[in-house]
Amino acid sequence: MKVTLTKAELADLLFERVGLNKREAKDMVEGFFEEIRTALERGDSVKLSGFGNFQLRDKPQRPGRNPKTGEEIPITARRVVTFHASQKLKAAVEQLSDASRQP
Amino acid sequence: MTKSELIAQLAARFPQLVAKDADYAVKMILDAMTDALARGDRIEIRGFGSFALNYRPPRVGRNPKSGEKVHVPEKHVPHFKAGKELRERVDGSE
Repeated sequence: MKVTLTKAELADLLFERVGLNKREAKDMVEGFFEEIRTALERGDSVKLSGFGNFQLRDKPQRPGRNPKTGEEIPITARRVVTFHASQKLKAAVEQLSDASRQP
Repeated sequence: MTKSELIAQLAARFPQLVAKDADYAVKMILDAMTDALARGDRIEIRGFGSFALNYRPPRVGRNPKSGEKVHVPEKHVPHFKAGKELRERVDGSE
């Protein structure tokens, strides 16, 4: 079975293991991701040692095409977020064999 | 922003909690995310983004120094895709 970790499971974990009440656990998980979004929004990169770094890249305008109509339309210049996993995270997932991986 | 700055921000956000709770919570969230990916699970955080694994098949590489052929085994690498809210907030031009 395919399993997905979501905010709800993270909040349950903080409730069970950190001893926060349900409201605090939910707010803490929301706050965790909101603080990262806020830092990235201001143009700061976010470095979470042992997990990975969220960085910003400024991409110039480039030519694109509407795949349906074939019409040529420029893809505007934009700022995007990229994630670079730490060596520790890479090592943790690298070993995963195809057999143990859920499809 | 570093992990310790993130912990300090969260501690300030929750004055009713002791500072150690924010520290413990951040570590627990990151450990849970690492463990999920290590099991092969996906992570989906609405408004933030999703983490999944990409498969890299085995290949024959070359040692760039000696030119010698080396077998590189298959592996999985973590991949992050930013969610709509994060994408829009980061790209101020939208």
